[in-house]
Amino acid sequence: MRSMSAEADLVKPARQAAPEPGVSFDLTPSDEQRMMVDAVRDFAARQVRPAAAEADHSCRTPPPLLAAAGALGLSATGIPTAHGGPLDERATVTSALIAEALAEGDMGIAVACLAPGGVATALGLWGDAEQQATHLPALAAEMPPAAAIAIMEPRALFDPFALRTQARRTAGGDILLDGVKSLVPRGAECGLLLVAAAVDGGPSLLLVEPNAGTSVVPAPGMGVRSAATASITFEQVRLPQRALLGESDPQVYAELVARSRLAWSALAVGTGAAVLAYVSEYVNQRTAFGEPISNRQSVAFMVADMATEIESIRLATLRACSLAESGRPFTREAALAHALTVAQATAIGSDGVQLLGGHGYTREHPVERWFRDLRAAGIFIGALAL
Amino acid sequence: MINLEIPEKLETLVYQAHMAALHVLRPISRKYDSAEHSYPTELDGLAELVAQANAAQAGLASVPETGSGPAAPAGGAASRAGNVNGRNLASLVGLIEMCWGDVGLMLTMPRQGLGQAAISAVATPEQLKRFGGRWAAMAITEPEAGSDSAAIRTTAVLDGDEYVLNGEKIYVTSGDRAELIVVWATLDRDAGRGAIKSFVVERDNPGLRLDRLEHKLGIRASDTANFVLENCRVPKENLLGSPEITTAREGFAGAMQTFDNTRPMIAGMAVGVARAALERTRELLEAAEVTIDYDRPLHSLPAAVAEFIGMEADWEAARLLAMRAAWMSDNRMPNTVAASMAKAKAGRMATDVTLRCVALCGALGFGEDELLEKWARDAKILDIFEGTQQIQQLVIARQLLDRRSTELK
Repeated sequence: MRSMSAEADLVKPARQAAPEPGVSFDLTPSDEQRMMVDAVRDFAARQVRPAAAEADHSCRTPPPLLAAAGALGLSATGIPTAHGGPLDERATVTSALIAEALAEGDMGIAVACLAPGGVATALGLWGDAEQQATHLPALAAEMPPAAAIAIMEPRALFDPFALRTQARRTAGGDILLDGVKSLVPRGAECGLLLVAAAVDGGPSLLLVEPNAGTSVVPAPGMGVRSAATASITFEQVRLPQRALLGESDPQVYAELVARSRLAWSALAVGTGAAVLAYVSEYVNQRTAFGEPISNRQSVAFMVADMATEIESIRLATLRACSLAESGRPFTREAALAHALTVAQATAIGSDGVQLLGGHGYTREHPVERWFRDLRAAGIFIGALAL
Repeated sequence: MINLEIPEKLETLVYQAHMAALHVLRPISRKYDSAEHSYPTELDGLAELVAQANAAQAGLASVPETGSGPAAPAGGAASRAGNVNGRNLASLVGLIEMCWGDVGLMLTMPRQGLGQAAISAVATPEQLKRFGGRWAAMAITEPEAGSDSAAIRTTAVLDGDEYVLNGEKIYVTSGDRAELIVVWATLDRDAGRGAIKSFVVERDNPGLRLDRLEHKLGIRASDTANFVLENCRVPKENLLGSPEITTAREGFAGAMQTFDNTRPMIAGMAVGVARAALERTRELLEAAEVTIDYDRPLHSLPAAVAEFIGMEADWEAARLLAMRAAWMSDNRMPNTVAASMAKAKAGRMATDVTLRCVALCGALGFGEDELLEKWARDAKILDIFEGTQQIQQLVIARQLLDRRSTELK
């Protein structure tokens, strides 16, 4: 409630309540969820998809799209109402449905729009009163500032539980941050980063407002280019003790990593659905040897398997999200959903191009972009979270 | 509210099925794998208990629930007013536990035959009264008609108050032991699919001659019978559903509807046996001092752990797809594609997972001291019967791509 006194605001953090777990197996979204998803689908189809090719090419999501996503409240689902958020209860499932619907329009634009939401959700779940009061009202605004979760580092076999980014405590009680973070969405414009760094030997999360010790270099990758990914280097960046989120609790960090796996799984489902719809139409129209190529089992079975695997990731992701939402253990389930994403997302992208043959390899069709974007889903750790 | 957990009200059933699997099926698993064609008498007592449990579950199908609110008004089962967790979901979660125990023994549980699915799908109330609850097997496949069940040659000719059946049926699960055989036959070979009907034949009908029992790769505890029907006379009231020869697609579609209910169940069997293999493999890996860590990226884990988690993920996907398909049946949503997706994913998952578990466990997996090699042999049938992997892919693709069977062959 917004009536909370200013004093209480400073002492006690606001938390969204965890809803009671459902009593029966049910895959039907609530009326509120359906309305939200319909709105996002409409936005994705009318505004995101038509802008996707140019945004990919220019490595930039157009500000009007970011503004429209902000107006829809797409990245505010994890913000408690005391700080301007729309929901009293946690809505991890709704967030997954939003990510899926938006990524059906374009994965890179979805990442650009939803990255601030990951930071907001983390603050909602684990921020103390002061951290929340400092950052959440801006993130709840109609045009939230760029913000992102920065976990990845530039090396092969990167393990988010063995970080090279270090945060050392000084004699004066401050923290000095050193290290490099990769593939941070909208990194050049981020006013707030949630940075994973080793503190006292274990991984922790730090709220960082980039300053003079921070250097940002645009670093586009093979996909999700419209998310404007960047590399960020921290050199002796001095932070106050209160920059630590979640009191360096290793479970908080593990949970954030799991929530980011769920975000990427939901994105993969959405972009996978885009591939499925596109190739389904194509194989019915394309003729070879005098008939539609969809009359061939080798073609049609690829489509059938694609549909089955998309549904697999979808169900596993929703299960983990519904557990997370109601406060039950979910990191194993998130790992299983993500393992499906790792195994299948890339295959769906590759099969999408394969089914279009030479046409799929050109920029005349969006499947080459989806091929590149779907490669991201199994690789990214962090950037955003549900 | 979106929730993918097993509902609380089915937890007792899951527990009871698990106890039966653990204490009745597992201890005799190897015995009846070795002694193919000998009747597992240990199951008689268990079958009695299961029949009682099923009777207690019988009310489930008609009771909608909304979660926290009051139950929806009667008759609203088909509307969104109430979410139903009914007979299909209950059967599925029970089957998963039983097949964790032993697929072959579960298939030969007295009175649990697949024929009951066909009966309950199309029987009249009068037929339900006569045949409901009895042990019924399904006879579809013929030497020259496997996946193309529309091509069956067995004929049924009306003669007075009886139909006279002639033909040959193979691969009839529990065909020797069941009380009833549901036989698919055509009223007119030239009338196509619409003429195919199912007939209930008493096992002791003198016109039904057991030709032989198969020797199989797995599920050896379950008998697989081949029959010859020679002027086999059944009362005309034993024809399930309508005797009218309908237009080709409609009539056959009615018969095929049975699969919408049974395919998720086969998927459940695959989920059960695969879980058995995964659980035992985890124990053996842990004994080899390997820890399953779900938090770290797959590429930072030992290969065996990454492989295990990948298998578990496929298992979870198959399990959820099966639950979804059964839930859709309970809620009277069209679920043909969902049922085939569940069966396709679960069939290939169980074959793949059980075989890889054998490999991960090496000599232990391959040898007969463990059950792992048996589970791999047992699992393979689940990617074949009730429609092979490839038939499921056909069903999914034809629907998604709107292809007729004359186009996508």
